[in-house]
Amino acid sequence: MNIVVCVKYVPDAQGDRGFEPDHTTDREGVDGLLSELDEYAVEEALKIVEAGEGEVTVLTMGPEDAAAALKKSLQMGAHKAVLVTDEAIAGSDAVATSLVLAEAVRKIGEETPVDLVLTGLASTDGSMSVVPAMLAERLGLPQVTFASELTVEGSTVRIRRDDETASETIESTLPAVVSVTDQINDPRYPSFKGIMAAKKKPVQTWSLADLGVDPAQVGLDAAWSRVEEVTARPPRTAGEVVADEGEGGTALAQFLASRKFV
Amino acid sequence: MAEVLVLVDHVDGQVRKSTAELLTAAARLGEPSAVLVGAGGDTARETLARYGAAKIYRLESPDLTDHLVAPVAEALAQLVERTGAVAVLLPSSNDGKEIAGRLAIKTSSGLITDAVDVQPGEAGGVRTTQSVFAGSYTVVSSVTRGSPVITLKPNSVPVEESPGAGVEESVDIQLSDVARAARIVERSAKAASGRPSLTEAAIVVSGGRGTGGDFAPVEQFADSLGAAVGASRAAVDAGWYPHASQVGQTGVQVSPQLYVAAGISGAIQHRAGMQTSKTIVAVNKDPEAPIFELVDFGVVGDLFTVLPQATEQVNARKD
Repeated sequence: MNIVVCVKYVPDAQGDRGFEPDHTTDREGVDGLLSELDEYAVEEALKIVEAGEGEVTVLTMGPEDAAAALKKSLQMGAHKAVLVTDEAIAGSDAVATSLVLAEAVRKIGEETPVDLVLTGLASTDGSMSVVPAMLAERLGLPQVTFASELTVEGSTVRIRRDDETASETIESTLPAVVSVTDQINDPRYPSFKGIMAAKKKPVQTWSLADLGVDPAQVGLDAAWSRVEEVTARPPRTAGEVVADEGEGGTALAQFLASRKFV
Repeated sequence: MAEVLVLVDHVDGQVRKSTAELLTAAARLGEPSAVLVGAGGDTARETLARYGAAKIYRLESPDLTDHLVAPVAEALAQLVERTGAVAVLLPSSNDGKEIAGRLAIKTSSGLITDAVDVQPGEAGGVRTTQSVFAGSYTVVSSVTRGSPVITLKPNSVPVEESPGAGVEESVDIQLSDVARAARIVERSAKAASGRPSLTEAAIVVSGGRGTGGDFAPVEQFADSLGAAVGASRAAVDAGWYPHASQVGQTGVQVSPQLYVAAGISGAIQHRAGMQTSKTIVAVNKDPEAPIFELVDFGVVGDLFTVLPQATEQVNARKD
């Protein structure tokens, strides 16, 4: 089983996230890290190959700092890593991101065909949740998303997903693109052994030219949508906070009545 | 007038309120055409016409409903080509966003997800507003390329009735094999709670770690207000409430008229799911809980005494 896990290097959500003057996400002034939601995809990939056989490649695109996201994945146990970095990539939207990732998955598959592409359920910065679907579209593959359970049997992947109204079981042929939720497993912490072993694992760095992607198709200028204005929302002005001394519930009901909710 | 396609969100023809919002938004851009996938077209017709659908495309092939999103994306792409639609609007659900993603690639069109407002662009195309980074920024974008694909968050656009002709058209869609590769083999509907759906409810009452696992006061207060019930990630991770009810970044994002957070500290993960609510109320024992920075009204106290008292008062006022 040859598995590629797509991960993203994102600004720490605990930090003070913001924008650059060109309306792209500020990735310099904020500490970055492996998007927390991608750890579940890395963990699931490791579980699949540990239960059988195969190899896990982690893939990311971004600035050179994004290698930190790969390093964490390698420390968890992934076998090798690929960083696609190129000045032209900065400011890429989901459309361009899916193009670059698709070409990188194809190139990874030149040696051994890729059976499964795993992703998290969303990035913790852009959080559009559309890249898996776009990636599948570009690779001409089925996509099965928001898996809270996943099993692979032969050339079939079976997942479970839950929403407010129903629980579904979905089957797809492999190869496929599958995204997993934060309900699927408990990602491991890198062990000391894992941290030491990661130092010797191969990390390849590819440019757009290596992938045969025209730089004019990616980056801010190529975006199919354009951000015109970014406005910091005025902080909510703190309202009235009362201490409950026996009448807190009544005060709450009165507030709701004053706002016509009752 | 140019057509704007709207993907209808419905259960057996019962049209969800978010679809009425999509039709209202579509009318700003052109003439709304509803695209109804699955059974229930006869039930849905009247509602769709009432909110402005000039045409209704009925797609009833089981291939479209037995498989995941890919066939619907193919069907919409074929409709875009056939009608020359100037935009496609979809609900910001998981499925809606994925269909949108595939459609945007197929039709080489710009994509905006989780819009909270949609207007015609000054130089053609569509102008959208989004709320990002846990609601701390507002982003205005324009999409001119192709037939812009926009997903709209529920509770974003005030619904307007505006009768449309509602002319039904059946269409023939050709599906590829790859679109049929991911198949729903089993589907079990969850028991209805009798409460409104979390994303569409006007009022949401959520419980967190402070409930200690006992959601009874949260549910009773919710029921007094006719509200949906949500939960924080801490409460879901502890196994106290189902994941489908989780409000936050990795759960459902809600934007109701009123949001009540009970026993929830207000971590960034939770704020990302509720910060755009119009009015926010919190009950928490800890006066330092970050949730109090957001509230219009807060009570520092034990939810096990505050909520039952408030429930009683609300019920009394209704009588």
